[in-house]
Amino acid sequence: MAVEIKIPGLGDSVTEATIAKWFKKAGEAVAADEPVLELETDKVTMEVNAPAAGVLVAILADDGAAVKVGEVVGQIEAGAAAAAPAPKPAPAPKPAPAPAAAAPAPAAPAAAPAAAPAKAAGQALPAAAKMLAENNLQAADVSGTGKDGRVTKGDVLSFLENPPAAAPAPAAPAAPRKEDPREERVKMTKLRKVIATRLKEAQNTAAMLTTFNEVDMTALFAARKTYVEAFEKKHGVRLGFMSFFVKAAVAALKQIPAVNAEIAGDELIYKNYYNIGVAVSTPSGLIVPVLRDADQMSFADVEKKIAELGKRGRDGKISLDELQGGTFTISNGGVFGSLLSTPILNPPQSGILGMHKVQDRPMAVNGQVVIRPMMYLALSYDHRIIDGREAVTFLVKLKEGIEDPQRLLFDI
Amino acid sequence: MAEQQFDLVVIGAGPGGYEGAIRAAQLGMNVAVVEKRGKLGGTCVTVGCIPSKALLQSSELYEETTHALADHGIKVGKVDFDLGAMMARKDAVVNSNTSGVEFLFKKNKITWVKGAGKLAGNGKVNVALTDGGEQVLQAKNILIATGSDVTRLPGIEIDETQIVSSTGALTLPKVPKTMVVIGGGVIGLELGTVWRRLGAEVTVIEYLDRILPTMDTDLGKNTQRVLTKQGMKFKLGAKVTAAKKAKSGVTLTVEPAKGGAAEEIVADVVLVAIGRVPYTDGLGAKEAGVALDERGRVKIDAHFATNVPGIYAIGDVVAGAMLAHKASEEAIACVEMLAGQKPHVNYDAIPGIVYTWPEVAAVGKTEEELKAAGVDYKVGKFPFSANGRARANGDTEGFVKILADAKTDKVLGCHILGPDAGNLIHEAVIAIEFGASSEDLARTCHGHPTLNEAVKEAALAVDKRTINL
Repeated sequence: MAVEIKIPGLGDSVTEATIAKWFKKAGEAVAADEPVLELETDKVTMEVNAPAAGVLVAILADDGAAVKVGEVVGQIEAGAAAAAPAPKPAPAPKPAPAPAAAAPAPAAPAAAPAAAPAKAAGQALPAAAKMLAENNLQAADVSGTGKDGRVTKGDVLSFLENPPAAAPAPAAPAAPRKEDPREERVKMTKLRKVIATRLKEAQNTAAMLTTFNEVDMTALFAARKTYVEAFEKKHGVRLGFMSFFVKAAVAALKQIPAVNAEIAGDELIYKNYYNIGVAVSTPSGLIVPVLRDADQMSFADVEKKIAELGKRGRDGKISLDELQGGTFTISNGGVFGSLLSTPILNPPQSGILGMHKVQDRPMAVNGQVVIRPMMYLALSYDHRIIDGREAVTFLVKLKEGIEDPQRLLFDI
Repeated sequence: MAEQQFDLVVIGAGPGGYEGAIRAAQLGMNVAVVEKRGKLGGTCVTVGCIPSKALLQSSELYEETTHALADHGIKVGKVDFDLGAMMARKDAVVNSNTSGVEFLFKKNKITWVKGAGKLAGNGKVNVALTDGGEQVLQAKNILIATGSDVTRLPGIEIDETQIVSSTGALTLPKVPKTMVVIGGGVIGLELGTVWRRLGAEVTVIEYLDRILPTMDTDLGKNTQRVLTKQGMKFKLGAKVTAAKKAKSGVTLTVEPAKGGAAEEIVADVVLVAIGRVPYTDGLGAKEAGVALDERGRVKIDAHFATNVPGIYAIGDVVAGAMLAHKASEEAIACVEMLAGQKPHVNYDAIPGIVYTWPEVAAVGKTEEELKAAGVDYKVGKFPFSANGRARANGDTEGFVKILADAKTDKVLGCHILGPDAGNLIHEAVIAIEFGASSEDLARTCHGHPTLNEAVKEAALAVDKRTINL
């Protein structure tokens, strides 16, 4: 049965729109309420959803076409489910090259009676529809046992109780490996498990990538050399790199606020405070104590705090509060000799700076080849909230702050 | 006489037979229907559903006029009725229905062979024509739709004058002063109600300890209470062992079902309404090799096929609820299967209705059935006394009860006693047909003010969140 896709009402005075983009091609399967095209009007861009599940059999107005409210722009053959017969979860090679092409294997909820697609599959009875919406599910996600395959309240309740192994790795709980006498099994510590989960969470959520730059440490080294003793004498703590980097990072964050922001649902939260997390390696794993309001801390404050938090962290005496609330993180792999790396974000933060080993390298300066102490910098960031220009600029600003600390003094 | 060839020969023109025949004709089959009664429509149209509803309607109007109008400020003087006119109207209603079926046959080019059909083997049906002579029909397929007949009480002979079956009860020449109805099921209660309203003193004698024994006990119990308020008398757990006719009346010997001292009850008219039995007299089933079960019902498989290839059976003559609409559903499904389609009769969604007033209606499982099956269920009940429309109509007796699966909330059963129950029940029938939950019913908009809102509220009651109670 053909179901029409019509341009919906667009608001009081708006009678026309342009089809910005079809999300689906003719012949593709669509789920009920799945967005199928994007409409642009003078005032707003909006999505039009498929009125029923089935196959998009006809596109009557292309991308860029001007359409009117009520116009039929496409047709769906309802119920013709794109048959994705439940693929056996063979040791699922996670990366795609699975021969059984079919839809990305996620969730063929057990018992897919591959038989003829039910006439009303993808339709949900009222209570079921409410429950689906409340759980961010589509009717097509749940197998329906109502008349002609409709999804009933009971079907959704069952689904929620036994969600099929969600997305990637559909590999059924791989049978435990056979034990090998040459192996030693150690149970994961709680901390490691938590770290593991959060790392995956970061990877799975953010559109994460890394941009690089390099910083000439000459100026920083010179400043240190001049003042390291006086600093220690006055403040009782050694002047290290971190204070410079923390201050340079704060300056850069103030200029590129997106790097200090966070995505929450469909809102962006821009923060006007700067809590810089400094990654510390402890025998039991990596922890990231937070320097709260680092913009208000002096170099000495930063060095002192880092030393203190670091010690307590290694001694296991750090509190949860001190590990939470960061807005940006700095991680230094250089202490272990890393030249270049791509750090993983510390959720829900949107950016993380990776510092590395300082190494003398021949550099071209004013047409001459000179040896300079160089450090590669990496900024991993969430591209959902920070665009390329911002990420690159941030790193450039930070580099400038290190290469010419007077900028930090003058706030330039 | 030359044989006539047909794709389908249906024996019996009751609701099963005639609707099946029409469906077959729609599907392009050449159909003949054999009916000996002289009128089409079967027991239902001629001596069952239709005439009884006509008399129920007439008698209810009389009851309303004499009992309910004063409340509305309507003054009527002396109200009387003419039984003859009432019966004439009933006959006219029956005639309009039977001629309606005749018209439908003509419209669908269905041949009505007037006579008694008998299976003659090899796809042949021998018809002893009403007008004399014989005709042989050759059929690709034969559908037995011969229906049912009145169950007799051993030792008690029905003469259709003093001791009547439902047929006689529809044509009594005058209102009996006293009437005993043997059998507290649907037919007995309906016909008993007709005559009570017209002035008879009616006593219902039932063998079991409750009336409407196949329905949810909540319904039976409350129906008895309501009918008793209306003046009907009940004797439960009793059996009639003998009947003696005299000019002054019929003397019945009544004993407790469990045994004990007998008593005598005298009545002008006795209605025997203890049930119906499958009817295969003269069909030649045995000779044709068609197997019957121990209760005389034609044995069929899931496709309505008997053990003889090419012979099918549906309706009252096979197992299952003896309801006109069950027969039609089966006949239509059977015929569609013959045409290569794959229909399905959902026996869980067949409503049962009792046309007393208030009406009684049910679909799906009773509480007793669910308990026996160990199914965990929730109950939602809503009285018509809390329904605005019922109050406005002055008709607030009864309730809607919905049974839903405790885990999935799927509607498993619905039981209604009240005004228009026979119409209201269809909401639940649809819900069950679609596998809907009670929440689905509760989330469906119902017009206000309607009696149907009681169904919505009963659904809300399953979740203990009625608005209007």
